Amino acid sequence: LPERSTNLRGVRHILLVLSGKGGVGKSTLSTELALALRHRGHRVGILDVDLCGPSIPHMLRVQDRAVHQCDSGWVPVFVGQDRAIALMSIGFLLEQPDDAVVWRGPKKNALIKQFVTDVAWGDLDFLIVDTPPGTSDEHISTVEALRPYRLLGAILVTTPQ
Amino acid sequence: MAEAVGAARPEECPGTGSAQAGSAAACQGCPNQGLCAAGAAGPDPAEAAELRARLRAVRHTVLVLSGKGGVGKSTFSAALAHGLAADEHKQVALLDIDICGPSIPKIMGLEGEQVHQSGSGWSPVYVEENLGVMSVGFLLSSPDDAVIWRGPKKNGLIKQFLRDVDWGEIDYLIVDTPPGTSDEHLSIVQYLSATRIDGAVIVTTPQEISLQDVRKEINFCHKVKLPIIGVVENMSGFVCPKCKKESQIFPPTTGGAEKMCQNLNVSLLGKVPLDPQIGRSCDRGQSFLSEAPESPATLSYRNIIQRIQEYCEQHHSQEEKMI
Repeated sequence: LPERSTNLRGVRHILLVLSGKGGVGKSTLSTELALALRHRGHRVGILDVDLCGPSIPHMLRVQDRAVHQCDSGWVPVFVGQDRAIALMSIGFLLEQPDDAVVWRGPKKNALIKQFVTDVAWGDLDFLIVDTPPGTSDEHISTVEALRPYRLLGAILVTTPQ
Repeated sequence: MAEAVGAARPEECPGTGSAQAGSAAACQGCPNQGLCAAGAAGPDPAEAAELRARLRAVRHTVLVLSGKGGVGKSTFSAALAHGLAADEHKQVALLDIDICGPSIPKIMGLEGEQVHQSGSGWSPVYVEENLGVMSVGFLLSSPDDAVIWRGPKKNGLIKQFLRDVDWGEIDYLIVDTPPGTSDEHLSIVQYLSATRIDGAVIVTTPQEISLQDVRKEINFCHKVKLPIIGVVENMSGFVCPKCKKESQIFPPTTGGAEKMCQNLNVSLLGKVPLDPQIGRSCDRGQSFLSEAPESPATLSYRNIIQRIQEYCEQHHSQEEKMI
């Protein structure tokens, strides 16, 4: 089993938002869920593992922010004046917002592992993990990396057709 | 991996997406070397020759791409295939390389079909005499089987689709892709370098959340030197069949595809309005163009298909002149 890092020690629940299909509203739901949980007084984090099409920064209007390093790893971007939503996305690591991340699987897997173990989330009630469409590298790596932690479960999103 | 994107690159870095990624002289000592090398390059010369032989009889190849999921790539690919195959004298092939979410079998009314092997290779599944289809969907024992594969395995199947399918002589090869800019996209461009790709049609919807990903896809095309035939804007407005009023279901808050195309100097091939009949035809495996010939969406599709045909024919004759 992969080693447990300390960065997820303060996270109480982890939720995966999945779909096989693209464009059904995973990122939209992840964002709304985070905002609704915050509204109820919870501390929430969003981990955006859609490396090719990261939508969350734009949805929370923090696309111009940058991430910084600290002793325990990366500091997530905190959203809102109350800083009650923490966000990590590859969107923050791009030099230009329109830069394409043209990576094959192994490279994506390495970054996802880092996103899981090297982000200093602090204390969170919920960590929501937004995923890209499909059942491939990102999904396999995310589940493998999260296995030692409290994986609450998955929410599956679809449209009617 | 010491750091992610934007880490200190060696001065002569060939680029993380290049064929030399990880193996160029400048890569020695770079903390990302192992990873770049693991994302290995395209086919070796023997394989390239094999692919070239197999694809020799393909006159035109069109890739249907988007950065974004769910914008209507497969829907459009199917319409393009039907539209082109309406001319009985044209031989059309539709290749679905969305390994995890293959929609083409259902949209083409071919669910449950299986692939047959012959001496000359895998046989495509024919919708019409002049329209053949290939998809991983035909290789699954049940339509709900998940294909949970990492990149290298997906690449292997894509190569097989190109090398082992007996397509015969084709006027148009249409390749439907999954969303993103990853293994499938890199591989198809690399494997098809054995033949010539006329260009890519990029599909989007009007909202900024889609355009964001589509701009990345356009950059991907530039990076791998793939010509862009143009952009199609799907779900572009909805006309109520009862009151005839038009609504913007997905408002183009930043100017839609039109503005993006102007800014990035690519062609806008057309806008297709939302028509519930489209989704219904897809679910039923029927050709929307045949089922709803009077729909404004059909008119849009037909105009776009014509423009794509003209582009391909024009480029072909330009090349012939050069030879």
